[in-house]
Parts: sequence; structure tokens; C-alpha cells
Amino acid sequence: MESILERITRGHFWDFHGGIHPPEQKSLTSSKPIKQLTLPKQLIIPLQQHIGREGDLLVGIGEKVLKGQPLTLSTNPMVVPIHAPTSGTISAIKNSVIAHPSGLTQLCIFLDVDGEDTWRKRDVCTDIDQLTNNQIIEKIADAGISGMGGAGFPTHIKLNSKPDINFLIINGAECEPYITADDLLMMEQGDAIVDGISIIDRLLSPAFILIAIEDNKPKAIKALQQATANIEKIKVCVIPTKYPAGGEKQLIKILTGREVASGSLPIHSGIVMHNIATCFAINEAVRHDTPLIRRVVTVTGQALNKPQNVWALLGTPIKFLLEQCELEALKDESQPVIMGGPMMGFCISSELVPIVKTSNCILVPSKTEMPSAFDKESKEVECIRCGQCSDVCPSNLLPQELQWSAKAKDYPQLQKLNLSDCIDCGACAYVCPSQIPLVHYYRIAKAEIREQQQLDLKAEKAKIRFEARKLRLEKEKIARQEKHKKAAAARKAAMNKATPEAAGAKSAVAAALARVKAKKAASNTAVSVDKENKDAVINTGDDQKSQVAAAIARAKAKKKLKADNANKPSNTKDGEKADTTDKAVETKTVTAKPSSPDDKKAKIAAAIAKAKAKKLSQSTESVKVDGKDSVIDKPASQSEKKEKIAAAIAKAKEKAQAKAKDAALSGIDVQTKTRPTIPSNENDKNAPIESNVEPTPALDKKAKIAAAIAKAKAKKQLKDEQNDSSNKLSAQQPDEST
Amino acid sequence: MAFWIASSPHNHNQTETASLMRLVIYAAIPGVLAQWYFFGWGNLIHIGLAMLTALVCEFTVLSLRKKPILIQLFDGSALLTALLIGISLPALAPWWISVIGTIFAIVIVKQLYGGLGHNPFNPAMAGYVMLLVSFPLQMTLWQPPLSLISVDLNFTNTLTTILTGFTVEGYSVEQIRTTIDGITMATPLDTLKTNTGLGLTVLETIKNPIFGEHFSLGWEWVNGAFLLGGLFLIAKKAIAWQTPVSFLISLFICSFIAYSINPDSSASTMFHWFSGATMLGAFFILTDPVTGATSNKGRIIVGLLAGLLVYLIRTIGGYPDGVAFAILLCNMSAPLIDQYTRPRTYGHLKEDK
Repeated sequence: MESILERITRGHFWDFHGGIHPPEQKSLTSSKPIKQLTLPKQLIIPLQQHIGREGDLLVGIGEKVLKGQPLTLSTNPMVVPIHAPTSGTISAIKNSVIAHPSGLTQLCIFLDVDGEDTWRKRDVCTDIDQLTNNQIIEKIADAGISGMGGAGFPTHIKLNSKPDINFLIINGAECEPYITADDLLMMEQGDAIVDGISIIDRLLSPAFILIAIEDNKPKAIKALQQATANIEKIKVCVIPTKYPAGGEKQLIKILTGREVASGSLPIHSGIVMHNIATCFAINEAVRHDTPLIRRVVTVTGQALNKPQNVWALLGTPIKFLLEQCELEALKDESQPVIMGGPMMGFCISSELVPIVKTSNCILVPSKTEMPSAFDKESKEVECIRCGQCSDVCPSNLLPQELQWSAKAKDYPQLQKLNLSDCIDCGACAYVCPSQIPLVHYYRIAKAEIREQQQLDLKAEKAKIRFEARKLRLEKEKIARQEKHKKAAAARKAAMNKATPEAAGAKSAVAAALARVKAKKAASNTAVSVDKENKDAVINTGDDQKSQVAAAIARAKAKKKLKADNANKPSNTKDGEKADTTDKAVETKTVTAKPSSPDDKKAKIAAAIAKAKAKKLSQSTESVKVDGKDSVIDKPASQSEKKEKIAAAIAKAKEKAQAKAKDAALSGIDVQTKTRPTIPSNENDKNAPIESNVEPTPALDKKAKIAAAIAKAKAKKQLKDEQNDSSNKLSAQQPDEST
Repeated sequence: MAFWIASSPHNHNQTETASLMRLVIYAAIPGVLAQWYFFGWGNLIHIGLAMLTALVCEFTVLSLRKKPILIQLFDGSALLTALLIGISLPALAPWWISVIGTIFAIVIVKQLYGGLGHNPFNPAMAGYVMLLVSFPLQMTLWQPPLSLISVDLNFTNTLTTILTGFTVEGYSVEQIRTTIDGITMATPLDTLKTNTGLGLTVLETIKNPIFGEHFSLGWEWVNGAFLLGGLFLIAKKAIAWQTPVSFLISLFICSFIAYSINPDSSASTMFHWFSGATMLGAFFILTDPVTGATSNKGRIIVGLLAGLLVYLIRTIGGYPDGVAFAILLCNMSAPLIDQYTRPRTYGHLKEDK
């Protein structure tokens, strides 16, 4: 710090890299005082003249407003209100061309001036020491003050006191050619400016205050030196004239030798910078309760007869200013009218564009003084890599490489080359011998990079939303499945309870299942292919044929059962034999009439066993019907046959049991010996349990048990086969039988 | 009222590429004049031939590429290339040497790579090297200074020699090159190289009349003239001073070291500076913006590298003068040098560049 102060006091400043010396042309306007203009007929006041957001409208069409009356309300720190620059009636609030390079329109208030220029009530503050800091900041915010150096950042935000501010720098450099607005203001209103600076001093309490002025403004320097003669804290620093010394980053480097780190603000290094005109406006607002309604504008250029500085009301259309300064319109040419200086100003498209808080100059060049402004076609040739651009770049970039990458649309390389550090000063394009519009390329590249970043952000958000949706859908699916499972379990539990309703439900379910299975069996009419039989097979899609077959089979079965019931055991045996020898699967429906709960249960169990057996033998057909091709046919194996036999035996046993019960009920003593027929080549393993079923109540139980055991064994065998085989059956649902 | 819309900046310092090229051509005139004075019309005829060929080639290619011909044809770059080729060739080389060299330089080395601004190699030097490698005999028939030649080499004689290979009287190029004593004259650098190879010391070699009173008869003045032209260009800010200065310093240091170690078989520093194509290369060829480095640091490195290479090729390389090869090698390395010599941007500290 010490060395910085030493050098500042000595006037031995630093320098920034590069810079150019374009012809200054300030003498056009620097010797004339600021002119007070007559009132224009209409003012066009854009709602937004700063970086931030528009305020809320306080007025409507047809309303009469007084000078200084607020027209918009600020409810947000980034909103800066606007005020009526003079008294009049609001004739319209609509979109109009604004002061922006794009030439787009935004909402503007059209104010028809009544010529009276009546002020609203103003409270002059005689002693600002009575006010608190917050009150001062509020006054500044309500006065609608934003940065008047060109950027338009809301001033009250920059005045919020922060700790450890080393330097308050007041920018009076005005490095751009032609512009003398700040110069004249300093010459004429030096004391008011210093008063404004003292207000800022009160708010920020910086360690030192520096006023930077270029050495091509001797009168302004003198005026300010006189105004600050008694104030120790403020030092007027005279810096060498070079474009762009007035740029914030460059000026900080010149005065303090420090660089502002890329991407950070000067406030982070303890430095705050304000424009000189902003200081003047702050003084007006705090002391004289005058909102920001006018500013000094340099209207210059050799195409004007009377170039000069004027006090322009905000909202004055350019047309009025051009008339006042007597523009000589070119008959055959399109005249460029530039808002700002020749290096960084933008061309305005319509003469209705109004003066806003950030407009400091209207430049109307003649063809002789600025031929390049009149170029209809680009005179651009190839870049010869001469390197003059990088010699003059104040940010020490490589404009040549930036230009190669910008033309190739190589955005990663552009970011690597620090395109975002470019301050758009135009020095590189000014010196380029190949007349390449370098800044134009960079602007386009920056815009495209920004757009790409926005798209990336959008894509990120969309991705997150999509992921969340996927997750939600999955969760819902799982929840649904849980619900189903629970319901099924509840149903099962209800069914398993020993209540008549449960039994009834069970029997209904069993009956339904049996029906389904019968249907399935009926759909198989072809010769059974020996296959692996499994418990779980899904029956899908029967065709009509199978349905018909099923109906026929059902009828047959019914008939048979009837016949069996009427005939003796031998017939039954035959019937059974017929059953077993008949390779075609029979469909037998449960025919046992439940006469008692026990009977019922037995009958149900029998039916289920039968159904299962049938299923086993039809598994191949049903699988084929399924249409799944992963089933491997196995040649007739002993094991399969074994299963069939076991199933048949179980069936027979059940049947016998039922019959026995019937016989017992009807009083007929029936002795049935069930001995299943075993094919010659079968082994003994296959021998099912031989049990003599005797039609006694005690033996009923035995029969039941035997039946159960037979069932279990059949199942086990099946499972064994299953393990041996390599069949794959997809989508199997567990058999819902007992 | 309709206003004209353009993008900032609206001002321009009105320099043009064409005027830059023209300035370089003007600055080469003293050297050309010196060459004419000491060596006769040969190089002027070659310059004329080369310029003509260059314009024809450029016109053809630009028409094929559908570029704006008038602007680009006369932007001076093709003429400058032709000038440099004309200066570099032996004065009595056949006419087709300069024609072929120029065609190669313009069409292949410059336009085929993308035209002005896109060529990675200096067209004149690439053309020269191609000729040297393809036609070694014709490219090594260097004409001694006029004062040493017995044949009267006026304009007509030179023209006929270039076009037909014989003077009006019927002397061949080889005969022209032979002095009264019957010794065939080579360039000073070539003589030095051969004699050092034979084991002679530098002092003995210098006794050869081709070396003149100072460093090399005729060649020293040509180099001096080019030096003047180069200083003029630096003063006008048409070229960056870093390249020629670092090149000359590097050459100086190399030859100084060698001379200090072994004065008998090393030529002096000033010899290296004022013989061969040193000054031409330093101020007119190495400073070609298109093929050089972009940053100042890069330029210094290129100059240093070029000086070292020139010295190495001259002393231990196969060719007597290594300026052309050294320049081509530097052109090759320029992009890499650019990568590593980017300046530090404002606001970026060294750590997080």
C-alpha cells in the first residue's frame, strides 16, 4: 500500500499493455459551454435505462405529471425508478425503439410536454449530517440514479457500505475521442461534483479517494484541483492520454498497479469506481431532492454545423438534438448516427431513439473525417498474422488467435484464450491492416457461447426432471405391486380361514381354476410330445379348436363319471384304464357333489389333483400354444411316463375315495382295490402307493392321506425331472392350488 | 431519415495489407540495386520473370477459387514472393528455374494451403529449397562478382545466357565462372566450406579473391543494403524488431563462440553477418508475418532458433548457406512456439493461466 501511495502522490502511475491514440477531435466541442436547450414537444422515456429490471408503472395514459414526479416504482434492488423530466401529459405507454444496438423496442412512456415545466414539491436538505446512511441510500435509489459512465448499474447497490474499501476512484478520464461531456461538467460544476464525492465518502468511508483525469483536459484538472484543494483525502490524478485508459480495469491498473482478477469485481479488491457525472447526480438527489432527469450530452461530428455539449432531458428524441445542432443531412448517402464514441458507440436505427441515463454522446461524422463509418461493403481481407492487434490489446489478449477460433466457431478454444476478458474496446479492429471487423466477430462468438450455455442449462434441468419422473414412475409401479401382493395375501388369508364363506370362496376359486385348466386341456388335441412337465405353466391363448375340443371332452367326462358312478368297480377300472391308456388328455371336471364338508373337501382335493395331472400331460401343448420357442422337446423318457402314471394313480385314488364315500352314503359296500396298471418296462420306483381303500370311515381318512401322499410324490418327481432338464419356460406363475 | 447501421468501432487507422506489402518491396530496393551493381543484370531479369510468372499463377488460381481478383492480385504478396525468389537465385541460372520455382511457390506453397495468411511455409524459401534439391547443378552455378569475370556480361549477354545458356559470343555459364587464372569461382561461403574441409585455415582461404577486402566481394555490400532496408522497415513499424535482432544476435553469439574456440577454422562474426543471405533472411524473410510467430516472445525464440540453425548448417551442414533451410525449420516450429508463448491475459495470475 505504501508504495502505491508514494507513487500516486508523486504522480508516477503505472501503465496498461497496449492502447492506441486515435485522433481525439475533442476540440470540436470542448471550448463551448454546456447549452441549455428549449423543451422538446414530446419525450419518449424508456422504463428501463439501466442494468436490471423495469419498475412498476405508477402512472397511466392521460395522466398529468409534474417535473420530477416518479413514473415507476422500485420494489426490487435491481429496479431503478424513472421520473418525469418535465411537466406534461402522458399520451401513450407503448413499445418504441430504445437506445440499444439491436434496434429492438421496449416499453416507453410518451410524455407530451406542456411547456410549463412545473416542478413537484422538493425538500432541499440543508444538512446531510442529519440523515442516516440508509436514508441517504434510499434517497439515491428513489432518485433513479444508475451509473452514467455507460454501463448503467444501479448506483445505490454500489454504495452499500462494505468494510475495507481502500480506494474510491472517480472516473473522469473520458478516454474516447470526441466526447467532452464529463470534461465540461468538471469545468462548470466542479464544486457540486466534490459535494457528491463527499456524500459517497460518507457512505463508503474509503481510505483514499482518487479522481482520474486524462492530461488532455487541462481546464477540468484545474477546476477540480481548486475544488479539492482543502480536502486532504481527495487526490486529483492526471494520467497520460491513451485509449482505453478510462476502462474500469485499465484505470485501476494505471492508478494502483493492481489487476482485477478475471471474473471478479473491483469491490473484491477493495476498490469502488464511480463516474463523475454520477457523483454530480448524487449530489443533486441528496441535497436538492432532484431526481435524475437530465444529463450532459456531447452532440458532435463534422456533419453538424453546431456541435456542442447540451443539457439534454432524459427521453429527448435524437431528432430534436440533431435539429438543435443543425445536422446537414446527406442527400444520397445513409448517414451513420452513433450513440457513444467512435470506438465503442453503437449506430442507432431511428431518429426516435431517446436519450437515456447512459447516453453521453451523439456522434454524426462526415465522410471525410471517418470514411470507415460509411463503408457499405466490408473491406476485409485475410489475416496476415502481423500481430498489431495483440500489440494494442489492453487486456493483453491475442485477437489474431481469437479471430481464427471465432471464424472456426471453436468455442472451447475461445474460452481457453479468455474471450470473456475482452472488453470490446475496439483497439484491435482499429489497427488491423486487413480491416477485419474483429470486435464484431467476438460479439457474435460471445453471444453464441452464451446461448450455448443457456441451452446446456436447459438440457441439465430437463435431464433432472426426466430422471425424477423415471424414479417416480418406478416407485409407483413398486407401490402398485405391493398393493396387489397385499390384496392377494389378504384374499388368501381370508380363503384359508375355516369359515363357510371361506370354503365357499375357495371352492369357487378352485372351480374357476379347474374350468380354466379344463379349457387348456381341451385345446390340446395333437399327439402328446413327451416333454418335461413342470408345475407352473402359463396357459395363454386358446384357440377356438381347443375350446370346442374342451367342450366335447367335458361332456365326455361327465358322461363317464355318470357311468362310473352307476357301474361296478370293474367298469371304473376300465374307465380308469381307458383314462390312463388314452394318451390324449382327458378333461374331467369335478363332478363330485359335495354332500358334506368332508366330502366337499375331499372332492376338491381330488379335482385339483386331477387337474394337475392333466396339466402335466399337456404341458407341451400349452407351451407350444404359448408360442415360446425355448422349449426343448425331449424324447419319451421313462421319467415322464413315470409322472404320468403317478398322476393317473393319484387320480384314480381320488376317484375311488369319492366313490367310496358315495357308496358309504348310499349304503353300498364297495371294495375297491386300486391297483394302477404299470407298463412292463417300468421300474418299481414308479409304483405308487398301493393302498386298499376300504369304505369305512376310518379308512376314509387313510384314503385321504394316501391321496395327499400320492400327490406329493408326483410333485416331487416332477421337480426331479425339472432339475434334470434344461428346459426353459418363461413367465411361469405358480400354480394356485393348495 | 434512414441511418446507416454498422458495428463498432467506427473508426480505423486506415492501414492496409497491400500498403504493408508495398512498403516491404520498396525497402528491398537498395539491396536489389546493390546486387545489380555488383553482379549485373542476372537477378533483375530473374526478378522480372518471377514477377510475371507469379501474377499469371495467382490470377489463374484466384479465378479457379472464385475470389475477388483485382483486390487480391495486387495486394503485393505475390509480387513480394517473386521478388524474394528472384533475389535468391544464382544470377545466371536458366530461365525455367525461376519460372518453376515461382509456380511452385505461388500455386503449391501459398494458394494450395489456403492463400494469403494460411500458408505455413514461406513460399519464396520453400520454392528456393525445392529448386536447390531438384536442380542442384543449376542452383550452384553462382556467378562471381562482375569485377572478377573476364567475359563482358552486359544486359544482352545476361539475357541470352539465362534464356539459352550461352552468351552471344558463345561462352557457357561454366566458362563465365572461370577467372583469368582458370579457377572456377564459387561463393565465399562455399569456398570457405570446401577449403576448411580440405584442411586450410581461414586466413589462407581468405586470400582467395572472392573474399575481397573485407568479407565477401560484392556480397557484403548487398547485405549492407538489405540491412539498411530492414532498419527502415523497423522504423516504419512494418515489421517487428524482435525477430531480426534476435536472429543476428544468435548468429553473432554462435560464430563468436566458435571463433573464440578455434579461430583458425572458424570465420569471423562479421563474415557470417555480411555474407550469403543473412541480412535478406533476417529482415525480409524471417519477419514474414504469416509464417512467423505471433507473440513477441515467440518471435525472439524463432530468431534465436534461426540463428543457431544457420550457423550449424553453414559450418557442419551439407550446404554452404543454410538460411533457407533454417527459415523453413523455424516456420515448422512456429505453431508450437505460439502455443507456449501466449501472453498472460489481464486479470489472470500466473498460477491459474
